[in-house]
Amino acid sequence: MEPRILKDTIALPYQWALGPVNTRFFQEFKERRIFGTRCPKCGRVLVPARAFCARCFVPLDEWVQVRDEGTIKTWTYVAYSYIGQPMQPPYVSALIQLDGADTAIPHLVAGFDLRDLDEVRARIKIGTRVRAVWREETEGTILDIKYFEPV
Amino acid sequence: MARKVAVVGTGQTRHGKRQDVSYPEMIREAVVAALEDAGLGWEHIDAVVCGSMPPPMEGTNAPHLWWADAMGACGKPLLRVATCGTTGISIAHAAYYHVASGLFDVVLAVGAEKQYEGESQGTMTTVGEPFFQRQFVAGAPGVFAYQCNEYAHRYNLDEERVRAAAAEIAVRNHVDALDNPFAHLRQRITVEDVLRSRVLAYPIRLLDCCPASDGACAVIFAAGEVATRITRTPAWVAGVGYAGEEHWVGDSDKVWWQSARQAALQAYRMAGITDPLEQLDVAELYNPFSFQELIFYELFGFCGPGEGCRLVEEGVVRRGGKLPCDPSGGVLCTNPIGATGLIRVAEAAMQVTGKAGAHQVEGARTALAHAIGGTQQINGVMILTSLD
Repeated sequence: MEPRILKDTIALPYQWALGPVNTRFFQEFKERRIFGTRCPKCGRVLVPARAFCARCFVPLDEWVQVRDEGTIKTWTYVAYSYIGQPMQPPYVSALIQLDGADTAIPHLVAGFDLRDLDEVRARIKIGTRVRAVWREETEGTILDIKYFEPV
Repeated sequence: MARKVAVVGTGQTRHGKRQDVSYPEMIREAVVAALEDAGLGWEHIDAVVCGSMPPPMEGTNAPHLWWADAMGACGKPLLRVATCGTTGISIAHAAYYHVASGLFDVVLAVGAEKQYEGESQGTMTTVGEPFFQRQFVAGAPGVFAYQCNEYAHRYNLDEERVRAAAAEIAVRNHVDALDNPFAHLRQRITVEDVLRSRVLAYPIRLLDCCPASDGACAVIFAAGEVATRITRTPAWVAGVGYAGEEHWVGDSDKVWWQSARQAALQAYRMAGITDPLEQLDVAELYNPFSFQELIFYELFGFCGPGEGCRLVEEGVVRRGGKLPCDPSGGVLCTNPIGATGLIRVAEAAMQVTGKAGAHQVEGARTALAHAIGGTQQINGVMILTSLD
């Protein structure tokens, strides 16, 4: 007898509390301003803003605005798809260090033809300068920046 | 003072697509094999530690409750340890702590996964917190591709040379898997096949990438004298190391990856290893993506920073070389994730006790087992040796 398979789907709603620091961050983000917090101990500006420094374990309350331009620290060209994928491939996912920040944030790099990997490789490299392209209508989420484009 | 602890038995299922068995049935296969290897009955087990990936992978939460009967855990302490990709080595560490503490003499460690039962990449994408990161994290290949792409750039290496070395690693693991009866992927491939396979997440191509496997692994740990009564070939735990870093993927260096470095150095210190290339005989590195092996050679001190390609080119890391890496075919050919780190430990124990069969590294005495996890966040290492 062929062993049987049972198929089903589980779909559950969630509601995630942002907390005061993320709430303030996204309030500023909605106005197209990006903030980090500076650690009084190690001096690093952590972006996005945090309530505490993971390395020094001290609370952070000095808010520092950083630029919406930065440098690609590393990137990948995502060409495969799976169920539950937040973005439609192909896309470029990159770690971008914004000017004024000591850490990099993950985001998309786009604004050019993404269909061909060789063309993508010609357009962007580690070290390539990029600038945020903001949505016309912002909502206070990380996707208020549509993507970063090469400068 | 921690007690001496040894691995006295290991068991693995045949890994791959295991829709022929339910989750507990699959786990029982590994547990029974480990008990047989140790020559023990389930009544000899004092406690059970088990784990897997985040349960949405298979759709049953708190799955240790479902597994309990299959692990012989009724009437015994049962813990679930789940740390993402490192789960398997975390289970091994937890079982080791149980025995080293003096509270338990014989502990069963079980890791399992059934990737064919759910959406692994969709689940792993939600390992990232929901406000800033998960939108851009494209499953495991997407995350680890960051590290793979940065590697050549960091040391200003010729990209073609790194590409060729990674392809050679993929080929070598596939060849070695042919000698491992438990391995999932069992196909001979060439460098050209790797380079022609489709890009998943640049620079990772399909044949640079591990499969999604079903499978389970069980390992039995026992205290010093108990271990020597159970078996004539104990694999002693000589060192353990474990470290993590920030949840923020862009906060820390993933090429000179601090948590991997720290985990290895901690384990080396405990094991008295000062020259890993000389003192280790075999390493089971956690290599779901071919390029990563190059990075681990360097972090674990098999060579200097930026020198990984040379170890591949000179044959140092192949079977017959000075320090064979992943003679089992590695994670690249078998990845039931919750079991994978524990399989590294089982394979290391099998190697140092001469039980590795067709993929035995001749005369292996001391072996390193390793696992990584999270969005490039954590690393664990265990050193096993037959030297008393």
